[in-house]
Amino acid sequence: MLSMANLIAALIVIPLIFAVLIALMPSDKARGIVVYAGGVINIALVLCTTYMWVFKRNQLSNVTYDGSGICFNLPFNDVFNFLTLAGDLILMVVIIALSFKYHKKIIALLSIIQTCIVMWVEVNGPHPKGEQLSMHFDWLSCIMILIIGIVGSLIAIYAVGYMRGYHVHHKEFADRRKFFFSMIFVFYAAMFGLVTTQHIMWLECFWETTSVCSFLLIGYTKTDEAITNCFRALWMNLVGGLGFAVVILFSAYKFHSFNMNDLIYTFSSDISNTAATLCLAALAFAAISKTAQFPFSKWLLGAMVAPTPSSALLHSATMVKAGVYLLLRISPALSGTKVGTCVYLVGGFTFFAASLLAISQSDGKKVLAYSTISNLGLMVACAGIGTVETVWAAMFLMIFHAISKSMCFQAVGAIENSTHSRDIEDMQGLMRRLPKLALILLIGMVGMYLAPFGMLISKWAALKSMVDASSTIMVLFVCFGSASTMFYWTKWMSKLLGTNEEKQNDVTEKNEYISMFTHAGLAICVCLGLPIISSKVVLPHVLLSQFWYNYGIYGQASISSKDTESLIMGSFDTLKTLVPLNENNLRTMIFMIIAIIIVPVVTYFLTRNTKTKPVIGYMNGINTGDNKHFTDSFGGEKELHVSNWYMDDYFGEKKIFTPSVIIGVILNLSMLGIALATWMGGVL
Amino acid sequence: MKSFHKSPWLIHYDASSCNGCDIEVLACTMPRYDVERFGIINTGNPMHADIFCVTGGVNTQNAPIVKQIYDQIPEPKVVLAVGTCACTGGIFKECYNILGGVDQVIPVDVYVPGCAARPESIIDGVVKALALYQEKHDKMVQEGRGLPEDPSLDEDNDVDENASNDDNSSDENASDEENAS
Amino acid sequence: MINTVNILRLIAVIVFIVCAPFIGGILDGFDRKISARMQRRIGPKVTQPFYDVLKLFNKEFVSVNKSQLFLLLSYLFFVIFAGALFFGGYDLLMVFLCTSTASIFLILAASSTHTAYTGVGTLRELVQMMCCEPMELLVAIGFYLSTSANKDFVTPTFKVIDLVRSDMPAIIYLPGFFIGFIFILTIKFRKSPFDISTSHHAHQEVVKGVTAEFSGAAYGIVEVAEWYEQVMLLGVVGLFFITSNPLSYIVAALAIILVYFLEIIIDNTSARVKWDLMFKLSWGIIFICGGTNLLVLEIIRNINI
Repeated sequence: MLSMANLIAALIVIPLIFAVLIALMPSDKARGIVVYAGGVINIALVLCTTYMWVFKRNQLSNVTYDGSGICFNLPFNDVFNFLTLAGDLILMVVIIALSFKYHKKIIALLSIIQTCIVMWVEVNGPHPKGEQLSMHFDWLSCIMILIIGIVGSLIAIYAVGYMRGYHVHHKEFADRRKFFFSMIFVFYAAMFGLVTTQHIMWLECFWETTSVCSFLLIGYTKTDEAITNCFRALWMNLVGGLGFAVVILFSAYKFHSFNMNDLIYTFSSDISNTAATLCLAALAFAAISKTAQFPFSKWLLGAMVAPTPSSALLHSATMVKAGVYLLLRISPALSGTKVGTCVYLVGGFTFFAASLLAISQSDGKKVLAYSTISNLGLMVACAGIGTVETVWAAMFLMIFHAISKSMCFQAVGAIENSTHSRDIEDMQGLMRRLPKLALILLIGMVGMYLAPFGMLISKWAALKSMVDASSTIMVLFVCFGSASTMFYWTKWMSKLLGTNEEKQNDVTEKNEYISMFTHAGLAICVCLGLPIISSKVVLPHVLLSQFWYNYGIYGQASISSKDTESLIMGSFDTLKTLVPLNENNLRTMIFMIIAIIIVPVVTYFLTRNTKTKPVIGYMNGINTGDNKHFTDSFGGEKELHVSNWYMDDYFGEKKIFTPSVIIGVILNLSMLGIALATWMGGVL
Repeated sequence: MKSFHKSPWLIHYDASSCNGCDIEVLACTMPRYDVERFGIINTGNPMHADIFCVTGGVNTQNAPIVKQIYDQIPEPKVVLAVGTCACTGGIFKECYNILGGVDQVIPVDVYVPGCAARPESIIDGVVKALALYQEKHDKMVQEGRGLPEDPSLDEDNDVDENASNDDNSSDENASDEENAS
Repeated sequence: MINTVNILRLIAVIVFIVCAPFIGGILDGFDRKISARMQRRIGPKVTQPFYDVLKLFNKEFVSVNKSQLFLLLSYLFFVIFAGALFFGGYDLLMVFLCTSTASIFLILAASSTHTAYTGVGTLRELVQMMCCEPMELLVAIGFYLSTSANKDFVTPTFKVIDLVRSDMPAIIYLPGFFIGFIFILTIKFRKSPFDISTSHHAHQEVVKGVTAEFSGAAYGIVEVAEWYEQVMLLGVVGLFFITSNPLSYIVAALAIILVYFLEIIIDNTSARVKWDLMFKLSWGIIFICGGTNLLVLEIIRNINI
């Protein structure tokens, strides 16, 4: 039966079933088919759920409306409850086993502490009275499952072809593709669960599952480097996960509720509650580690040793977005608090520092990694400020970032398979060598930073809202950060064009292209559909979640979601003007988007037949027949290579990575310190 | 377009000059002579240039370079050989590595003799070149703005037409300042 | 909606599109003339830049990569579009975003050849962009904040059309931003000491840097686009002074002339610097002048609220 509860249950269970199926498939081909099937079913389920939510949300049976969304229990809710506990234990066992195997015992301790706390609370702790519905679905969840379901599943489809090529080139690594694809599907299940549950114990379980899955995916190749890096990712995420343990303790003993939304409501409504401050800080800390903000950035950079699809998955659609999701959830409570200030400082600083660091990188994937960290920083900062405008901006940043970044990663991966290098220096003239891949990469990059496309518009909205929020330091971070963002992207982009290059053998498979072109289509659609998404999806959510907590609508089961929406939209009509994109700018922007697509095409066709005399470029007249060779001072022929500029003396990792980490540590410690001091003050 | 000759940009190449002529060429851009009065700019980039100004005779090593730079200058263009060496090979003519004047490699339009060529004569040469330059442009327009097929430009030039005096004697040095001002 | 204001805006846009090249060209002519006089030369005619550009459009088009031409036309389009947005009274932040987009087309056109001089020039151009970008954004924000510090405005705005209606000239609120903006104008106008990516007239650096491989019409397009951009940027300088009082337009015009003259003096009295000094100087000045001013404005606004 097609009900919301069944659909969500299916979203969590079906990927798990596919994970098992994949592990059982004997041959390469069969596994490929199962992965395709899994991907398609994922997408179908997600679209179904979205359909139900968008068109039928006011006629659902067996759900409770709570003002902003719907709450319900999954079928066999107790089984799920049991499974999450079992899941926690399994994760602990896995971590202990692996950390003993690789002599990193200290990491096991982190997991043991956390699991023990959870178990203790579950077994001995006071259980909240009354029925608690475990799932909650609203616009934010809807956006999240769309991102995970569509972008994520496309990555799996891409991975089928990519991994085949990967093992052709990398014979030195054992072929563990079964495991790889299984893990990817477990990941989907965890992510779907994470964004739809409001039960904090479940949330913790799904959260840990993503940490462990990413740990296993990063360690795929089992080289020394991969093992070091995956354990780094693990411990950093486990440290963050401790934040959850703290929150669970407090929610059981202090707040008497395992309902995430209840907690957030308490946090935001009862400012004098000192334990709330501590819980908020703990949650924010968990999110900061997951979104790889400074000082945790290193795990995301290390994750680049994994095959590209897992990088794409971790850094665009899933893993890191879980952190952003959590922050967006708690943003109404963060707004205007000291913890919120610390969060946005961490985010803003990361945005700035990571964009500087990206300048010094020549490895394509590393640039993408730094750019991911940097953009996540902006989202974290927006969520930390937590006003209507910034949350609006953060949500759009998240959507656009997921699509564009995933596209960039896939293109770089495919380029690496074809050219055996992902160094930017080797991408010269790619537009002629591998035109299709270069085009995809170009669209992805344009989406990442060029006006008037998604990321830049959202960044602009973020900037405006930061000005409105009177945070001078954030404004400066964003201004300087976007300057360096512009620098490293354009630098890369300018490598791609070129002349006199031979066309290369493109080994990219059809399934990879299907995924990449779908992404490109999605990116363009979302850009053009921005006004609709804004007014129909993002705005209602932002307004609802902001006022849900603040105006006493929270928890009023009598009000259906339609009522609240009309109530809020009606009584806060002026708020629409607050939102960064007013109609006028929207028109200009749409015009610009069309212009930026059409103008080059038109001018291209206008100038295509211009008479031109081809010459060789000027090099003091010493070229030897083409643009790539010249006569040196000994009269011999030398090759010319115009390298990009990496400014290692200024922005090199050696120079600014450690200071950034130190600043990150200070900011995070001061956040925790403030929270702790507040709590202690309250207790005493 | 009638004003075509009003904006001649110049690229200066030292083939194998003793630097005497080069100093004089640069002197033309200095305040005393100020060729920018006529819109002349020393660009140093063949892609932007209209007048190719070569000093010194061409040797085996730089012959291809001169040729390449010449090819990179878009039409219409004029070549100016500055100094006796550039015109004929001059005192180095019989050297083992010297091919001779610039016209051994590329078609030359105006010859400016002198050792070193005096700024006044260089400017005179340039002005002469400008007329030719305009002429070439007009011809290009007549032929329908297309790419001119490789014209044998050698016929257009004329050593005798050159305005400057071959024998710069000492008495003219005194009048330099007057000429300039 | 057709009303007088919108018609005026439309006229302003048309006047900009038609006249900007002439104003830019004449300014360039005066620049060369004045520079020549400063160097005790006679200098070319004031109309010289027009002869140059006309000539360029009539020259043969030789190129390493033909796709330069369409990229450059897109560059020109977006520069004009940015200017039209500005003079049409639209959002100031949009205007600056648009100019950045435009300059990316220039960079792509230049780098599409991957030759030595353009390669170096392009990267330097990128550094120049990186130096200017924060200030451009900050100027837009500064104007926005000046409207919120100013009690005449109910809601703060980025729109040029509203900015010119204030009672107080924005410069009163934005002295730091003004200094910073003048500073980056030197970079934007490619004047010494910051003409490291390419330079005008006979000042050469890395041959012609970013424009080294553009010949004939391609280079002509770049020149015209620069004129448009120059006029737009000087318009922003004027915006610091314009109020609802018509007389303020005269003040603005004077200010523009003074600023332009100042740039010429700077150009003729300073030697070219290296990129790292430029980078440190510009970010330092933006941070100090812009940052301090921003902080003060935020404080004023909070007091007003």
